[in-house]
Amino acid sequence: MKSLAELQAIREKTLGKISMRKDADESTRIVIGMATCGIAAGARPVMLKFMDEIQTRGLQNVTVSQTGCIGMCRLEPMLDVLVPGKEKVTYVKVKPEMVSRIVAEHIVNGRPVQEYTIGAAE
Amino acid sequence: MDLYRAHVLVCGGTGCTSSGSNELIKRFEEQIAKHGLDKEVKVVRTGCFGLCEAGPVVIVYPEGTFYSRIKVEDVDTIVAEHLLKGRIAQHLVYKEKEEHEDAHLSLDDIDFYRDQRRVALRNCGVIDPENIDEYIAFDGYQALAKVLTEMSPEDVINEMIKSGLRGRGGGGFPTGTKWKFAAASKADQKYIICNADEGDPGAFMDRSILEGDPHSVIEAMAIGGYAIGASEGYVYVRAEYPIAVKRLQLAIDQAREYGLLGKNIFGTGFDFDMYIRLGAGAFVCGEETALMRSIEGKRGEPTPKPPFPAVRGLFDKPSNINNVETYANIPQIILKGADWFTSIGTEKSPGTKVFALGGKINNTGLVEVPMGTPLRDIIYKIGGGIPGGKAFKAVQTGGPSGGCIPADLLDTPIEYDTLTAIGSMMGSGGMIVMDEDNCMVDIARFFLDFTVDESCGKCTPCRIGTKRMLEILERITEGKGEEGDIEKLEALATNIKSTALCGLGQTAPNPVLSTLKYFRSEYEAHIKEKRCPAHHCQKLLNYEITDKCRGCTACARVCPVNAITGNVKEMHTIDTTKCIKCGSCMEKCRFGAIVKN
Ligand SMILES: Cc1cc2nc3c(=O)[nH]c(=O)nc-3n(C[C@H](O)[C@H](O)[C@H](O)COP(=O)(O)O)c2cc1C
Ligand code: SF4
Ligand code: SF4
Repeated sequence: MKSLAELQAIREKTLGKISMRKDADESTRIVIGMATCGIAAGARPVMLKFMDEIQTRGLQNVTVSQTGCIGMCRLEPMLDVLVPGKEKVTYVKVKPEMVSRIVAEHIVNGRPVQEYTIGAAE
Repeated sequence: MDLYRAHVLVCGGTGCTSSGSNELIKRFEEQIAKHGLDKEVKVVRTGCFGLCEAGPVVIVYPEGTFYSRIKVEDVDTIVAEHLLKGRIAQHLVYKEKEEHEDAHLSLDDIDFYRDQRRVALRNCGVIDPENIDEYIAFDGYQALAKVLTEMSPEDVINEMIKSGLRGRGGGGFPTGTKWKFAAASKADQKYIICNADEGDPGAFMDRSILEGDPHSVIEAMAIGGYAIGASEGYVYVRAEYPIAVKRLQLAIDQAREYGLLGKNIFGTGFDFDMYIRLGAGAFVCGEETALMRSIEGKRGEPTPKPPFPAVRGLFDKPSNINNVETYANIPQIILKGADWFTSIGTEKSPGTKVFALGGKINNTGLVEVPMGTPLRDIIYKIGGGIPGGKAFKAVQTGGPSGGCIPADLLDTPIEYDTLTAIGSMMGSGGMIVMDEDNCMVDIARFFLDFTVDESCGKCTPCRIGTKRMLEILERITEGKGEEGDIEKLEALATNIKSTALCGLGQTAPNPVLSTLKYFRSEYEAHIKEKRCPAHHCQKLLNYEITDKCRGCTACARVCPVNAITGNVKEMHTIDTTKCIKCGSCMEKCRFGAIVKN
C-alpha cells in the first residue's frame, strides 16, 4: 500500500458488497417476489440481472432481497423498489431487458420508470 | 470479491465454534450449492455476536434476520425457505422468552442489543475477520492513514489525552498520558505491546476482539508506535486461544502484504511491524512487568516499579503496554475525534466498556455499554435477569481482584471510580451474577483459591499470606470457624494489600474484604452458629425429615450409610451424626418431606 488512493479504492470496491450489514435504514432495497409463482414467471433471471447491474455500476447501499408471494400472480415477476424517504414503487411483469432502465433511471437518478409500474398495468 | 445479494453470517467465535458452527458453515455451503444459489449467497464466518447463550447464532442479511440455536438440520430449512423463496423461517428466529409469540426479526429489536453501544466490538459479528478488505470497507486503516499523513506524534498523543480513554485492562490509567511518558523517553529502539493474556476467570472480551476484529488491534498498535516512536510491536496472547492466535496471525500477514505493516507505510517513511508471542496462561503473566519478562524468555515474574515500562520495559527499552480492548477503541477515536468519544460515557470514564456476563443470569454473553450505565440495567434489561425466579444476591466485578456488590447498590453507575469507591473494581470486565443459592463466604474462598494457585511466589505476603487467608476461609466453610477469624482475615488482608510486590497480591484480598463488608452476617452465621444461610456449604448442612413424611421408606433404602430409621408408614428420622450429607434422600423423597437446614 503506497498511497491513500489505493486504500480508498479497496474501500470503495468492497463497501458496496457488504454495506447491507450496516445502515439498513439508509439503503435502497429491491425486493423481488420469489415464491413458486414468481420463480415460474421468471423472477430469478430478473434478480440476477439486478445484481449484475449493481456490480458493474459499483453501486453502494443497494440491496437485493426476496420476498414470498405478493398475491397478484398474474402480474409476476413483481418487485418493489424502496428508496429511503420515498414511496414504494412496484414494478410488474418485469423482464431482464427492463432491468438496466430501472437501475439507471430510478435507482441512480431517482425517477421511477412509470410505464413499468403497477399503476400503468392496472 | 463479487457481489452477493444475501450474506449468511455464522458466528465463528470460540463459544459458537464449540457448539458446532463449523458444521453449520459446511452445511450452508452444500445446501446453497445444491439450490444453485452459490453465485448469489455468500457464507461468512464472523467473530462473536455476543449473545453466546443463544448460540450457534446465524444472521441473514439484507434482512438482518437473527436465527438462534441453529442445528445442522435447520440449515436446510433456512436455505430452502429464506434464501431460495424469501420466506423467513419464523420458528428458528430468536425469541426473547419462551412465552413470546412474536419472533424477533432483527438484531436491533432484541432487548439484549437495544441498550448496548458497540464501539470496541463494532465489527465483531459484522465482518469476516479473515478478510482485510471487509475491515477496510468499514473505515479500516483510515485512522492510521490520517495519523501518518495529517498528524504529528504530539497531535496523536494530545488527541488521546483529550479523549480521556482509560486502560481497559483493569487499572484504568489514562492511555494518552501513558503514551506521553513513553514518547518522552529517548532511545534507539522502543516497543509497543498488546496485553492479550486475559487471565480473569470468565472474561473473554479480548479473545472475542482478536477473533472478530483483529485488524483494529493491529491498526491501533501501529498508531501507538507512531505516537511513541516505536517500530516494533508484540502481542502477548495465551496459547489457550488458538482461534484468536490464528486469525491475528492471518491478519498480520494480510496487513504486511498490503504494506500496512512493514517499511515506509503509505510512503510516509514510517516503519512498523509486529509479532505474536504465546503465553502459557499464568494469571500473573498478565501483569505488565511479568509479561515483558515472559516475552524476553525469562520466568514470568513481576519486577518492582519503578522503573516503569515507559522508561525501561521490554529488553530494557522504553515500552508502552495496553490491553486489547483499549486498542480496539483507538482507531475510532482518531477518526471521529476525542469530542465524539467523550460524548459517550461519563466525564471521568468516557466511552464504553465490554463485559462478559456470566453466572446466574439469563443472557450470558458479551455486552458493551456506555460507562455510567447502572448495574441494574446490565443485569435486568440486557442480561434478562436471574433464571428460575430466584432472588439476586450480588454481582462480582473485577474477577479475583475485584469485589462483590450487593443488591442495594445495584443502581450504581458503572465506571472506574464508583466501583472502586464501593470496594470492587472495574477489572478487565468479568461480571459474575450470584443468586440466593450462592454462599458469599464460599465465593470469597473460590477467588482466593484461584489467587493462591496463581501466585508466582516471588514475595512473601502474597505467597504465604494469601495461603493463610485461604486456610481460614476453608475452616469457616467447613464449620470449624473460630471467634477472632474475621479479625485475623482483616489484619492479613490489610497487610497483604500494602506489602505485596505486584497487583496480584495487592488486590487478592478484595473479594474477602468486600464480602466481609456487605455480607458480614453470613460469616458470623458460619462461625458462631455453624450455619450456612444460603444452604450451600455442604459440611454445614443438616438434612431433616419433616411431618410431610408418609413413611414410604424410600429414603432409608437409598441412604448409603444407613442414617435413616423409621417403621413403614411412620415418620422417619435422620441420625445427623451418621449422615454424610450426600443429598440422595432428598432427591428420592416424593413428598418433599426432607429439607436441608
Ligand atoms: C495479576 C495481574 C494480572 C493482569 N492481567 C491482565 C490481563 O490479563 N490483561 C490486561 O490487559 N491487563 C492485565 N493486567 C494489567 C496490566 O498489568 C496492565 O496494567 C495493562 O495491561 C495495561 O493496559 P491498559 O492501560 O490498556 O489497561 C494485570 C495486572 C495484574 C496485577
Ligand atoms: S504479589 Fe504474588 S504474584 Fe505478585 S510478585 Fe508477589 S508473589 Fe508474585
Ligand atoms: S443426606 Fe445422604 S447420608 Fe444423609 S440421610 Fe440423606 S441419604 Fe443418608
